[in-house]
Amino acid sequence: MTNTELDQRIIAVLEADFPLVPNPYAQMAEKIGISEAVLLSKLTAWSKQGIIRKLGAVLTHRQVGYQYNALCLWEVPTARENAIATQLAQFSCLSHCYTRQPFPQWPYNLYAMLHAHDQIEAHHFLTEIAKQCLLPPPLQLCTVKEWKKTSMRYALHK
Amino acid sequence: MPTLTPLEKKILNLLQTNLPLLPRPFQNIGEKIGISEEIVIQTLQSLKERGYIRRIGAFFSSEKLGYHGTLIALEVDPKELPRVANFVNGFPNITHNYERSGSAYNLWFTLLTKSQAEEEHILQQIISDSAVKAHLNLKSEYKSKVNVNFHLK
Repeated sequence: MTNTELDQRIIAVLEADFPLVPNPYAQMAEKIGISEAVLLSKLTAWSKQGIIRKLGAVLTHRQVGYQYNALCLWEVPTARENAIATQLAQFSCLSHCYTRQPFPQWPYNLYAMLHAHDQIEAHHFLTEIAKQCLLPPPLQLCTVKEWKKTSMRYALHK
Repeated sequence: MPTLTPLEKKILNLLQTNLPLLPRPFQNIGEKIGISEEIVIQTLQSLKERGYIRRIGAFFSSEKLGYHGTLIALEVDPKELPRVANFVNGFPNITHNYERSGSAYNLWFTLLTKSQAEEEHILQQIISDSAVKAHLNLKSEYKSKVNVNFHLK
């Protein structure tokens, strides 16, 4: 559960910058007004329950050399879409693998983000994916401009 | 392209997947690669300042916190795209907003809301703009992966 007022305070502090100090959890716990041990057990529980999906660093794609980023779309048989989505999740070059509702004018039902250093590497990755998952080449929607990329601030939205 | 040192790559590879839930997390990372806690912290500070790290910390599951996510595609008059993109950016529930090539739909963004009514309310404000020619509301059905981890070599 994350609905108590204390939980909301914990979420608000976790969404702020992670303190780069020897004892970051103690520092955050002090801000929240609880002990370090209580905060650590809460974080452990939330990680186990999947409320926290990741604890770590998110890198700036382009800055670390991933210049080629494309949203890839496939039209696959409905009966196989979840199985293929699960298979795609195994590729380290792909993230954000979803099945989505198609429309008559937009038949695609499988989506994933492809991250590569350049076009040549992207082509190599997609060839490998096509071979292993028996998929046709996807429609690629390349990133032209990042207008916004942030993390949701859940604590602000009660 | 600025370069990362082998040590920086080692630290980033470790820190992308597991920030230890221990009183001294950076000491623990340092022990794994044979350097001091102080060097780990200094290196991370430098990587942040140089723009390699977008954020360190906890990332929450939107579903588990009661949010429903959707992907919206807009076909926007190219001349009006910057104005529409900036308007879209103004909604806190919209966290990712990208201009994309490859189809008639040139603006793609994610929308997280707690109810269908809230989703429709926000979407209506955006698509009522005369520069928006068409839109798709691509609701997610099954999610097999969200996180991205880069193996820096």
